Amino acid sequence: MTAETFRVHVDPDRCQGHNRCYSVAPELFDLDDLGMSSEIGAGIVPPELIGEARLAVANCPEHAISSTKVEP
Amino acid sequence: MTSRHPPVQDWATDFDHTDPAWVADPYPIWDELRRRCPVAHSDRYGGTWLPVTHDLVSEVAYDTEHFTSRSVVVSERRPGPEDLPAPIGLSPPITSDPPFHSIARRMLLPAFAPKPIAELEPFTRRLCRELLAGTEGRGSFDAATDYAQHIPVRVIVRFLGFPQEDADSFRRFIRLVLEDVDRSAEERETMFAEVDDYMDFQIDDHIANPRDDLTSFLLQAEIDGSKLAREHIRGTMILLMIAGIDTTWSAIGASLWHLAKHPSDRRRLASEPGLMGTAIEELLRAYAPVTMARLVAQDFDFHGHQLRQGDWLLLPFPAANRDPGAFEKPGLVLLDRAKNRHAAFGLGRHRCLGSNLARMELRVAMEEWLTRYPDFELADPSAVTWSGGQVRGPRTLPVTILT
Repeated sequence: MTAETFRVHVDPDRCQGHNRCYSVAPELFDLDDLGMSSEIGAGIVPPELIGEARLAVANCPEHAISSTKVEP
Repeated sequence: MTSRHPPVQDWATDFDHTDPAWVADPYPIWDELRRRCPVAHSDRYGGTWLPVTHDLVSEVAYDTEHFTSRSVVVSERRPGPEDLPAPIGLSPPITSDPPFHSIARRMLLPAFAPKPIAELEPFTRRLCRELLAGTEGRGSFDAATDYAQHIPVRVIVRFLGFPQEDADSFRRFIRLVLEDVDRSAEERETMFAEVDDYMDFQIDDHIANPRDDLTSFLLQAEIDGSKLAREHIRGTMILLMIAGIDTTWSAIGASLWHLAKHPSDRRRLASEPGLMGTAIEELLRAYAPVTMARLVAQDFDFHGHQLRQGDWLLLPFPAANRDPGAFEKPGLVLLDRAKNRHAAFGLGRHRCLGSNLARMELRVAMEEWLTRYPDFELADPSAVTWSGGQVRGPRTLPVTILT
């Protein structure tokens, strides 16, 4: 059985720059000059960061972050 | 602040956020209203609404069509259409509505992003150490007035580029705006004029001698290729001062109050510094200091309630943070709460501009305190007092140092 792969995405229309995702998962998110977040690269979550990715989703006050399973 | 109003008879139909019962402990009131209403109404202040669930609070925060931010502090005198220039408002961008709001806010955001805020951390840490050194050898002192109170005011004074010795007069200005709402109009006008004069003096001084601070940043800033009007700069400077001081003072004080009352949390946090990240968010959730307000922009039906244009609406983010529909065991402070979508800094387009600054100050203030005083308790629980109005935090907090 292969490990599931996830992808995270920040909805730029919902992000208000609370900076919660960046503080729990700086490996997955980057901030622009205004402090608004976006996923790094394609947002692919390496297996060792799945916990951090879930925390980023669960702590966003604006529900701006989604995670989706990537079909192999 | 003592309320000049008669005692509240029924919280669902006659609530008052300056009532002594609300000031002392608002959480049971909100719990009761959540079961009974969950939108309360009061005829006080000319008509005020109060939603208390997370869903309703967030719905209002996102709805800039039916609610305006033209005034965000409930008082006896409701502003009329001629009072404040919409959509900019008196203190942009907190009193601005779209579309001007986004323009004024975008201009400020870079100065409050995590990177520039991190540059203020060494100053904040030195300041906290200096304040704690001043308490050396005093077995008991006031954690609110000897420590927490001084941190945000000196940091914002530094950020704006004003002399540190002016910090004390700022605290007076803030009391005027947020607490002395019952003074006469003439008295208030005289004091406001004094604030305007001070800001004008600083603006002129910064025009003559530009430097690397927030005031010079505002003087350089442009909207659509034009420099900002002096009223806009002054309004924003006053906003930053008011919004950044009592709020953060309250968060630091409430966090120390919690630790003073809970020995196991105190010892755990002092011995596990890695817990600080989730602990800060949890303390912000449980003791969120700021309740905002809106004015109803047009008559409409809000979940069966007939809201009328010009009604006040209190937007209690602290009540949203205690909603069992949004948080497991909301009444418990769990320092390692991993899932914590709290709304202490608001929701939507008016998210607290200074949230990165406030978090940094709160974290550094707690780290430095616990390093110096890992064990302490309330000297006299009955002597603790809380501020009234829309910013809640301890204003008297006598503690005894145990180690």
